[in-house]
Parts: sequence; structure tokens; C-alpha cells
Amino acid sequence: MTSEAADSTQAVGTIAPAADPGFLQRHGATIEYILIPGAALAGALVVFGIFVAMFGKNPLDLYFYMYYGAFGTWFSWQNTLTRAAPLILTALCTALPAQLGMVIIGGEGALLVGALTATSAALALQGMPPLIVQIAMVCAGVIGGGLWIMVSGALRQFRGVNETISSLLLVYIALAILNHLVEGVMRDPASLNKPSTREIGAANMIGSIPGTDVHWGLVFGLIAAIAAYLLIYHTVFGFAARVAGGNIRAAKIVGLGVSKLILTVCFLAGGAAGLAGMVEVAAVQGRTNANLAAGYGFTGILVAFLARQNPLAIIPVAILLGGISASGGLLQRRLGLPDASVLVLQGIIFVFVLASDALYGRIGFLKGKS
Amino acid sequence: MADGSIGLWTVPLAVLGGAIRVSTPFLFVSLGECITERSGRINLGLEGTLVMGAMSAYGISYVTGSPWLGVLAAGVAGALLGALHAGICSLPRVNDIAVGIALMLFGTGLAFYLGKPLIEPTAPRLPAIDFGWWSDIPQLRAALRINVMFLIGVALAPILYWAFRTTRWGLLIRTAGESSDAARAMGYSVLLIRLRATMVGGFLAGIGGSFLSLFYPGSWNEGLSSGQGITAVALVIFARWDPLLCLWASLAFGGAAALGPALQSVGVTSGYHLFNAAPYILTLAIMIITCSPKRTLTGAPAELSITR
Repeated sequence: MTSEAADSTQAVGTIAPAADPGFLQRHGATIEYILIPGAALAGALVVFGIFVAMFGKNPLDLYFYMYYGAFGTWFSWQNTLTRAAPLILTALCTALPAQLGMVIIGGEGALLVGALTATSAALALQGMPPLIVQIAMVCAGVIGGGLWIMVSGALRQFRGVNETISSLLLVYIALAILNHLVEGVMRDPASLNKPSTREIGAANMIGSIPGTDVHWGLVFGLIAAIAAYLLIYHTVFGFAARVAGGNIRAAKIVGLGVSKLILTVCFLAGGAAGLAGMVEVAAVQGRTNANLAAGYGFTGILVAFLARQNPLAIIPVAILLGGISASGGLLQRRLGLPDASVLVLQGIIFVFVLASDALYGRIGFLKGKS
Repeated sequence: MADGSIGLWTVPLAVLGGAIRVSTPFLFVSLGECITERSGRINLGLEGTLVMGAMSAYGISYVTGSPWLGVLAAGVAGALLGALHAGICSLPRVNDIAVGIALMLFGTGLAFYLGKPLIEPTAPRLPAIDFGWWSDIPQLRAALRINVMFLIGVALAPILYWAFRTTRWGLLIRTAGESSDAARAMGYSVLLIRLRATMVGGFLAGIGGSFLSLFYPGSWNEGLSSGQGITAVALVIFARWDPLLCLWASLAFGGAAALGPALQSVGVTSGYHLFNAAPYILTLAIMIITCSPKRTLTGAPAELSITR
């Protein structure tokens, strides 16, 4: 905490007073949005350095290998971008409902469902031209994931069930359904040790962007993030969503259909995460199995919060977090750190980012404690 | 049954045994969360606390040879995570739900990191008391091998119920949860009350985690808890913030969670994963039935962000 306080003192001086994040976003006090998360990130890195130093590792080595493993070479850049692709999409799953004031943390579940539905579509359409199969997979993934998160939105709107808890419970239910199908009716008899579905076929894989090893999922992610940004900030629909997120009563008074807004936004959010599942199947795994529950959905929550729920800011943040997870392997090999060290660092970053919320505006660090 | 076994009776017996065995972590986490939420704050990070508690209990039990020291260590680890949660939440404009999600990731990550060397070794486990000595049926005896922790948890529920109603600190916690202004007007620090309530909640959740690693399933691995912490948080909501209802709900949950393994033991393996998801489906179903968009839930602390 102390290191962050030190970082933040400079930050506080440059900040314009503001009432709430939505107000700030419209008025473009972007310095604050870069400086404070940046300071939080730096603080988290310092604390993580101290943490590994307690285990007898040199923190400077740690920072070097993290940089090297994430952005040091063309190879590590490609690894980073490959991991950033699903993160952009799962982060949208948290960031879009956040515009309506909802905290959805079930991106992992929508990813799994999207992977399942996309795989089913591909297996059902075997023999068709690859382009048709791929388009069907995209649609199936988006619809599957979208409906999955829409359940949370509908429960919140029509039954008053807290969407944070319901979306997280749905993650475990999605995982159970996936395991059930993969070990049951959808199982490829040839997959002995690791129960999996049949492969979607090499021809139906979406492949890499020419000249790189980065798959097309990255482009899907970029398009989705930009589209989400345009939707939220440059359409009437997005404006209505932000009004409803700011003040639900005002939204009802001016006659906005809040139910429709919530359901649509949740569908789009889940659709993004479902697309991430489709990408993981069609670009990486080639089939559905338990490997897909790799935690992209949970890291996506962190990405969304670090980007302060802004769809455009999600892109660089996802690349950053993708870099951290890409460097995990190198940290394991060179420094002998356990693979969970990436999780620890993510947790520390998350804690720092949330604590840094207190710094927006001019409020002093210790004020507010009665 | 030809082989002299008790046949399909195995299933209800295993569910009964499971209700007792599996419910203990649910019970501790939900009682802890009950205290925290009554003070007006929600700690979703108890999932991380549970895993962290399981890891520290196993580690300390392995190093010192005493499982009870392990239980204590789990409680302390949980209380520290609780203090971290409360500390961050006491900063202005910090959302307690988001902090909970962060600590869920942090607690699990830290436990996996520190727990790497503990996957191999075997630590001394908590003893069980044999309440089924009078019976000849092995399944019944297995079901009635009850851990002391369960009994402590069962005793804790009415004690908390009583404490919330009559003791000074119980009233203070409820005041902080119902109206922070009233507590402040009486000259108490709401943040301090919530800090203590969150630490006690974390302590209990950590102890719940120690049960996972030291009794049932009784080992440390990274798949030890899959959402039990978060289920317990949801459980508090439909137990209407009442410790006694938390007890019954935990027992029902334990039974639901034991359904999958119980059916598997009699040869029903087809829906294994779906039955394993029974507690989550049950939670969701009960939340759908009991929540309503029109009114706030009866018994809900007025300051709680999740019900507003």
C-alpha cells in the first residue's frame, strides 16, 4: 500500500475534480485514466517484486524476464497477442453490462458455452465449405454465449436475482454441462486420456493472420472492441444504456425500455465471450474439452476493470495482461517460479487497481475514515 | 440385494453422510459471511479465503504435525484476507463487490503459489468421532463418523443467532448494517465495526477451508474448492441473514453436493458431472424462487449494496 501512496501523490496533483467516472469519460480527462491505473500497475509490480524477493529471487531478473517473455522478441509478441485475443472478448463480457451498472463475472461460462455451441455447429455441418462452417461457428458461438449471459440479465431484471452471483454460479454449471457432454454424447471415442469432442477438421480452422503466428481471433477481438465502443459512445442505444446505468429511475421516466436494454446488452456481452470460446476452438484447440476452462474469462474481468470498462481501453490492457500470462512460462523455466505466480500478480494488480479508485478526484488518501 | 449389502439405501445414507461431511465448509463460510453482511458489507472474496485457508491449514499441519494448529493458521490467514478486504473497502468510492472479486483471484492465486510444494506430502488430518459404533452397517458407520468441526459449526449457529439478538456487539453489527448514520450518531466507527465483522467472517471462512484439506476430501490440490465459497455467499442471501437458517441451508447443500458421489457409488455414473453441479443449480433455483424485483428481501441489512 505504501508504495502506491507514494506513486499516487504525483498523480493526485494533476487531477481535475470530478463527480463520477461517466462524467469524466465524456469530458475527456484522459490523463487521469492513464496515470492512475498506470500508478496502480507500477505499485502492483513493486509489491510482486517484493513478494518474489521473499522467496530468494531477484526482482530485477523477474522484471527482465517478464518484459522479455511478453514483449522482448517477435516470438513473444506473437504469443502475447494470441493470448490477448480471447481476453479482449471476455473483457467485453464484463465491460458492456458495466455500462448499465451491472457486475457480470460469468465470462468464463459464456466462453465455455460458446465453444460448445460452435463445436456442435461445426460437427453438424461437416462436409460443407469451410467458410460456411466458420460463419456458422461464429453465429453459434455468439448466440450460445449471448443467451447464457442473458439468463443472468433476465434473472436480475425479472426476478431481482443478483447478477454477479448468478453469472458466477452459471460458470460452474456451464463447466458441468461441458464435462457431461464431452464425456458423454459428444465424446470422440478416440480421445482416451483427455475426453474431447471430435475435431472440427483442419480445413475449418480459422488459421493465422498472414506473415504471423497470431490467429484471426485477434482481429475478431479488435473489431468487437471497436464496435462496442461505437455502440456505447456513438449511438442512441449506447446513450440510453448509459443513462439507465447512471440513474434507472430517470431512464424509466424518459421512457426507455430498461428490460430490453438489459437483455440486449447482456446478449451482446455474452456473445463476445461466446465468440472467444469459438476462437479458442477454431484457432487453437480444434475441439472442445476441459482445456478450454483456462481462466480467460476470469482474467477478462480484471482487464475490464483495469480498462475502467471502456471498450477501447480494453485493447491495450488485454495486450498487457496477455503479455503477463505469456511470460509465465519463461518465469517458470528461468526463475523456477510456480505457474500460479501469474495468478498472484493478477490478483495484486486487481487489488491495486480497485484501491486506486479512491484517487479519482481530489480526495486525499486518508480522508473519509471517520 | 444378493450380496448382503443394503442396496439402494446406500444413496440416502451417503447423502446423509455427505450432508454432514460436505456441509461443514458451507456452514462456516456462510456463518462468517452472515456476520460480514449483517454489518453492511458483502465479501465475495470468501472463495479465495476458503482456498487460502485450506492451503495454510495443510501446510501448518504438515510442518508442525498438529492439525489443530493448522485450523488456527487457516483462521488467521482468513482474518488477514478479511482485513485486506475491509481495508480497501474503507477507501472512498471503492465497490465492495469488485474488491471481493479481486480477492477471490488473489486468494486462490496466492494459495496455489504457496501450496505448490504441498501437493505431494501427506499432512496429519483432523480426527473424527465415531457416532455409529452401535450399528453393524458399514455405510451407516461411515456416514456417522463426524468431525468435531461440524459439531462446533452446529453449535455456532444458535450462538450467533442469540448474539445478534442480545449482545452488545451483535446489536452494533446490526446497527452498522441497517443504518451507518445511526451507528455514527451513537459515536461508533462504522468502518471499524465492518473491519472487525469482515475479519471474523474471514476467520470462519478460513476455518471452513481447513476442513476441506484436513478432513474431507482431506488433501491439498488446486481443484479442492470449485465455487463452494461463492455458493455459501449466495446461501446467506436465501437464508435471509439468519444464522439458524444458514445451518439448515448448509445441510441441504451438503446433501445436494453428496448426491453425485453417492449415485456413482451405486453405479449410476452417466450424469456424474451434472449431479456434481447440483449445489450450484440448487442455489440458482432457490435464488430465483425467493428473490423478487418488487421488494427488498425481508431481513436484508439496509446498507448492503447487493440488495439495493
